[in-house]
Amino acid sequence: MSGIFQRISLIFRAKTDKALDKLEDPRQTLDYSYQRQLELLQKVRRGVADVATSRKRIELQANQLNTQADKLTNQAQKALEVGREDLAREALTRRSGLQQQLSDLQVQHAQLQGEEEKLTRASQRLQAKVDAFRTKKETIKATYSAAEAQTRINEAFSGISEEMGDVGLAIQRAEDKTAQMQARAGAIDELLASGALDDPTGMAKDDITLELEQLASTSEVENELARMKAELSAGPGAAPQAIEGQQVPSQQPPTQAPPPPSLDAQPPQEYQAPPSQSQEAPRLSRRVICDDRSDPQ
Amino acid sequence: MIVRILNEGQWRLTDEAVRGLNSFDDAVEKAASAADQDQLTRALHALLDRIRTTGTPVPDEELEDSDLILPAADSTLEDVQQLLSESEEGLIPG
Repeated sequence: MSGIFQRISLIFRAKTDKALDKLEDPRQTLDYSYQRQLELLQKVRRGVADVATSRKRIELQANQLNTQADKLTNQAQKALEVGREDLAREALTRRSGLQQQLSDLQVQHAQLQGEEEKLTRASQRLQAKVDAFRTKKETIKATYSAAEAQTRINEAFSGISEEMGDVGLAIQRAEDKTAQMQARAGAIDELLASGALDDPTGMAKDDITLELEQLASTSEVENELARMKAELSAGPGAAPQAIEGQQVPSQQPPTQAPPPPSLDAQPPQEYQAPPSQSQEAPRLSRRVICDDRSDPQ
Repeated sequence: MIVRILNEGQWRLTDEAVRGLNSFDDAVEKAASAADQDQLTRALHALLDRIRTTGTPVPDEELEDSDLILPAADSTLEDVQQLLSESEEGLIPG
């Protein structure tokens, strides 16, 4: 065996030698090196936690995307029920876009899980080596004699420094991967925020929902109208044109004053918002005629 | 002979087992110099599998340095090239 592996092995050995060159009192250096090992161990543990956090974030996003995909399926179903194939098609098209994102996330999730497992194993290995190093350094210090110190310290160092080099590389790699994932996760967050995907809080309604709701409310209005017409035609002195276009069915008797001419132009929600007393008083009194809620009598 | 697979730990191999590895080593080197990622991945997997099956793992609490250090199974060409460039820096004294 020679070639590239020999060269790679040399990197690690060169690093060990550099560390050993700095030795003044070898016993002090053993303690100093042990501190550095503990620091690296801490760093590895933080690395494991970081990767786990990123993995959880991706799981959360995947859940959001799944919910959204289910919702779009329902919307498509509803749209078909009311005979709007165009809306159903739009919903399904969006869903397929989401599914692409989802399978992408699943790949990332698997990668992160792999990194997490590797780092966890690396951290266990390093822990065992650090423990072994601690025992060994105490033995060396106890039986220290300058003659044999260099050799024995060399032995203790080379094993641990190689392990540290390996685990250090693993940590660096996991950090790079996590940073990449975080950037992509951020992009999906932006996508969610921009409204291209649904707002997971459900505060904002997407256009398909709005249109479906509009369809639903239109048909409700039609049903209600049909019901009232039926009632009126059964009752005495019917004046059906007086309430045409009015959304909220009132128990207004047909004998009450006819609506002002502006009624048809007014959107129905204006009835829902009572104007403030101080400024809108004159308007209110004019409107009393057609608004039975504010009717004093 | 002790071999480290980066990210995995160390294995102890008999001299005989090491001799059996030479052909695998050549394959990896060829793939690396040809910059062929697929070939590199295949060659690395074959080499590392061979080490895992013919060698015995060195216990975690043993502190020994390796005679050989091998890249991880899923290393990219970039990873290997970076390791090699570092080895050159490492060789320059100072």
